[in-house]
Amino acid sequence: MGTQAEPTLAADDPIGALVAAHDVVVCVGSGGVGKTTTSAALALEAAHRGSRVCVVTIDPARRLADAMGLDTEAARGSEPLQVAGTWPGELWAVMLDTRATFANLITTYAPSPQQAQRILENRFFRNIADALSGTHEYMAMEKLFELHGDERFDLVIVDTPPTTNALEFLDAPNRITRFLDHRLYKMLVAPSGGLARAVNLAAQTALRSISRLVGASVVDDVIEFLNNFEGMEDGFRSRAVAVRELLTSDATTFILVTVPRRDLAEEAAGFVDDLATAGIAVDALVVNRVHPRFTDLPLDELQEELEHFAGTPLESAATALLEASRMVATEVDHLRALTEALPGAPVRLVPFLDADVHDLDGLQRLGDHLFRTPAP
Amino acid sequence: MDPAHFFAASRVLIVAGKGGVGKTTICATLAAAASRVGCSVLIVRLTPGGALSHLFAAPEITSAGTTLRAGNETQGEISARLVTPDDALLDYLADHGLARMTRRLVSSGALDVVTTAAPGIRDLLVLGRVKQLEVAETADLIIVDAPAAGHAVSFLRAPAVLREAVTAGPIANQADDVLAMLADPTRCRVILATLPEETPINELVETAFALEDEVGVQLGPVVLNSVAALPEGLGDAVDSKKSAKERAKDSSGDNSDQALLDSMLAAATFRMTWVDHQRTQIERLVAQLPLPLITLPARFTTDLGPDDLEVLTDALLAGITTLDESIS
Repeated sequence: MGTQAEPTLAADDPIGALVAAHDVVVCVGSGGVGKTTTSAALALEAAHRGSRVCVVTIDPARRLADAMGLDTEAARGSEPLQVAGTWPGELWAVMLDTRATFANLITTYAPSPQQAQRILENRFFRNIADALSGTHEYMAMEKLFELHGDERFDLVIVDTPPTTNALEFLDAPNRITRFLDHRLYKMLVAPSGGLARAVNLAAQTALRSISRLVGASVVDDVIEFLNNFEGMEDGFRSRAVAVRELLTSDATTFILVTVPRRDLAEEAAGFVDDLATAGIAVDALVVNRVHPRFTDLPLDELQEELEHFAGTPLESAATALLEASRMVATEVDHLRALTEALPGAPVRLVPFLDADVHDLDGLQRLGDHLFRTPAP
Repeated sequence: MDPAHFFAASRVLIVAGKGGVGKTTICATLAAAASRVGCSVLIVRLTPGGALSHLFAAPEITSAGTTLRAGNETQGEISARLVTPDDALLDYLADHGLARMTRRLVSSGALDVVTTAAPGIRDLLVLGRVKQLEVAETADLIIVDAPAAGHAVSFLRAPAVLREAVTAGPIANQADDVLAMLADPTRCRVILATLPEETPINELVETAFALEDEVGVQLGPVVLNSVAALPEGLGDAVDSKKSAKERAKDSSGDNSDQALLDSMLAAATFRMTWVDHQRTQIERLVAQLPLPLITLPARFTTDLGPDDLEVLTDALLAGITTLDESIS
């Protein structure tokens, strides 16, 4: 991005400074924690600040998709659509279409249009998008890479598929490339000698057993596919390396999204560790669905104070305060554990009732909590 | 209806809902309720970890099986077992003469070839395991903690999709057996779980229609998790406190008392907004989906434990009691 945030601003608005200092923002976290809305809110704010931003969403709730103009058939392609609105920058959005993205990749790397066509028509290839685990992750990263290279955008924000392991999408490009690698084909069908021959025998036995289980025509599809894929492995492999380089480079920042609930906070802590293994630091934490705090009194003191209201007309209000405070007390433990796992990273809390977002106004409110509310 | 009838109506309950709505909590609550009426229960988890062991204060769930709560004269035993899709596939291959080469199958990528060549095979095999457990009468009731909403549809559609691609052989037979189970309401029902919030409810409605149209599985009552009650007299309390505040402005009241009253007013106002928001969403759900509802109360903690489970179990049993006896 062109405009670097002023250092003085960074202290008040760390998320804004973070987004301004990177070309790619990856939102990671468990399913159902609000990654999609967080990504969209980050993108909307960036557009307000003058960026030409493209957000890649994975599976937006229908009303949010409608609000962003992604409700049409055209949006379910691989072309970003511009969201209409009055902001100085540009906001673009694209819904990840695993199949179309993969097809683009095949067309790009196939030596001839005929070969691309043969692959695209192969039944085994058509199953890949739906059934090969890791493919969604791979294509999300691929889309990110493609958009990063697109001159129309100076910022790409990507929502990631809900995985419980962050390494899944970092490894996905390598894993799928290995899968498509010609070695597999050689192992399955090509004759050779020595040790390889022993391996082949085992593979042949496996192949026969697989044929018995799922039918010989299925195995023929696989062999035909791998046959046609010949000559494309190098292109795919170097692309996977480039994707990984982008993800681990200074151009990319990772924002972890979570909810202060025990199981989800534990998963979030797991993400931090996973990413650290890959040499990636989580640069900010967004905690959604945080319950409001109405008093600073410790829970036991509060309970004592509120006992005076038993039997009075205010008993029900005392109950409401006590229950709300009990919720906050348990959340605080998870928040503390998460912030300790991410020393120095800015934390932004999104209040409970503002977290269920389905329109641009809702995204704006979410943006207020991410960019304009002082740190907790 | 009588909870004993409810839990005897089918041996398998599949609990499905959007991520984060508390599917696992609802599985645990169904299990505890069934146990109270004397059923032995097995919970099947597809992924490791999760809230189950905390809810029962029990060890982590393993593929070998974990006892969550021992049975006695009146209560059935509750246990849980991890059945991951990958394990189900490897077990299946081992059962079909590929035991010695499973490691090589994984490392060579041949396993990926199988799962890609036969999409849905992992899901089918998980359901196959559930069916096996059902047929073997492993427990009076088997509760499946299904994948998140959209995935629940593809999970349950897997047998039909695979059956189209594979016309004969052991996989086809397996798919037929599972399809028979899914289509038979005396063997299997789906319980949809949600929160009274806009997005989870929209997804629930979509999932419900997709399951009915594309899978043909019987839907049981919807379980609404985390429904906040309005403490009795809260509206009046807010009004009287507001007027109390007005009066306090004129007098020189104690500051700390005033602060506490302000907190109470804020908490009460928030609670009313929250309850109102939930009620609007519940009305929308009722209008869109003709299924009976059972509500579970909000517990005001992020760490549900055995005590919370008891409260939720009481609420679930009370909810079942209000259901019409004709609902199977």
